[in-house]
Amino acid sequence: MSWNRKHLLDIQSLSPLEILAVLDTAKAFKAVGERAIKKVPALRGKTVVNLFIEPSTRTRISFELAAMRLTADVINFTAEASSLKKGESLKDTARNLEALNADIFIIRHSATGAPHFLSRFLKGSVINAGDGAHEHPTQALLDTFTIREHKGRIEGLNVTILGDILYSRVARSNIWALTKLGAKVTLCGPSTLVPKVFEQMGCTVTYDVDAAIANADVINLLRIQHERQKKAMFPSIGEYSSLFGLSKARFARTKKDVLIMHPGPINRGVEINSEVADCDRSVILEQVTNGLAVRMAVLFLVNGGKGPQEVAH
Amino acid sequence: MRQPSVILSTNALHRALARMAHEIAERNEDSQQVVLVGIPRGGLRLTTRLAKLLEEIWEHPVPTGSIDVSMHRDDLEHQPTPEVHSTHLPGDMSGRTVVLADDVLFSGRTVRAALDALHDFGRPRRIQLAVLVDRGHRELPIKADFVGKNLPTSRQERVEVRFKEDQGEDAVYLHRQQSS
Repeated sequence: MSWNRKHLLDIQSLSPLEILAVLDTAKAFKAVGERAIKKVPALRGKTVVNLFIEPSTRTRISFELAAMRLTADVINFTAEASSLKKGESLKDTARNLEALNADIFIIRHSATGAPHFLSRFLKGSVINAGDGAHEHPTQALLDTFTIREHKGRIEGLNVTILGDILYSRVARSNIWALTKLGAKVTLCGPSTLVPKVFEQMGCTVTYDVDAAIANADVINLLRIQHERQKKAMFPSIGEYSSLFGLSKARFARTKKDVLIMHPGPINRGVEINSEVADCDRSVILEQVTNGLAVRMAVLFLVNGGKGPQEVAH
Repeated sequence: MRQPSVILSTNALHRALARMAHEIAERNEDSQQVVLVGIPRGGLRLTTRLAKLLEEIWEHPVPTGSIDVSMHRDDLEHQPTPEVHSTHLPGDMSGRTVVLADDVLFSGRTVRAALDALHDFGRPRRIQLAVLVDRGHRELPIKADFVGKNLPTSRQERVEVRFKEDQGEDAVYLHRQQSS
């Protein structure tokens, strides 16, 4: 087993073997979710804090359920109803929660590096659930898990990420994970949202949608992150949809065994046609199921032992 | 480092397996209800070997499975993160006789975890324990029903079970404490 990290802060610093360790562990946890009794005692007595300083529903619920299925106790802390509104700093908030003897902190924050910052002084484990436009490691792990489950491998696959790349932490984490495991990643979208500089991460940038999707084994569609865009990055939603949306006509020109993915929430009729979102090549809901398994695996792994001894019989 | 000593030679291992299979058969007249469940990794090969011998004795197929115990361990914090294995069980365990199999019985904590894990898959009528080597040092009130070899050991020693299919030979070795 090649995992001995206390935190999961990003994908960038993980080795391919560490990524595979998470994916293999997640496979076993997915099976737990399919049993009549969907709960194991691996984190019994542990306290998990969901520290969500930026709004999120699906990721928070996924982490919450993952922790509960591992028998941990979960505290949800959201920015709207918190002491942060009263002027407390993130550091003080986290240290107060630690004073309650919390063991694992799951943090979502609008500032890049917030999880790294917390990991420097908290005694517990820190899991990044999305920091600004930087990284969203568990999303990349669940996307990779889903691709591997369908295609049996990652190496050599053509993966196209289509949409708002610039403001997307999902894109960044996916690019790291996929390129580390040997996939060929192509980025496509409006030039204002897909700067050429991304080629430094080892992927191809194109503005020709038809070329980007023709040979793709996987198409991962990203939502326009209106909340992060400080100015208009393209003329209109209608124009974006006609130029870059996955319409039925475009879908008809993709590979027969293409996988259509989307981290959610989807905007039907904008980045993806409604029927395409529900077709049999779409694995959007499987991603949600797999997200739970991957997050159970991550919680299990970061909580793991620290001593170098053999497992006794 | 000293040479490991042979605890069970190939012939002795085969005799021990045959005896264990006969003991299991003798204890379980309702042979149709018996399921053999191995604890990964060491118990899996023992399970398939015992199943093969029991199929010859009973003259009917014997269902086998595996049960992962890593999620049920009580020592997760004191150990390196254990590898998580898959669990495959042939259907509902309710009403069945489960023979749990592991290669080496030591502290008993693995078996305790396996009993808890099995509990999530129904209520077996009874659970029995088969181990190839019982090396002592129990930390829990757990006792094997079928034992290939009782072997008093010191805590520093290590028992190595080798099966032909995986390690190229059928034998059991004892590795002595490394001289300091």
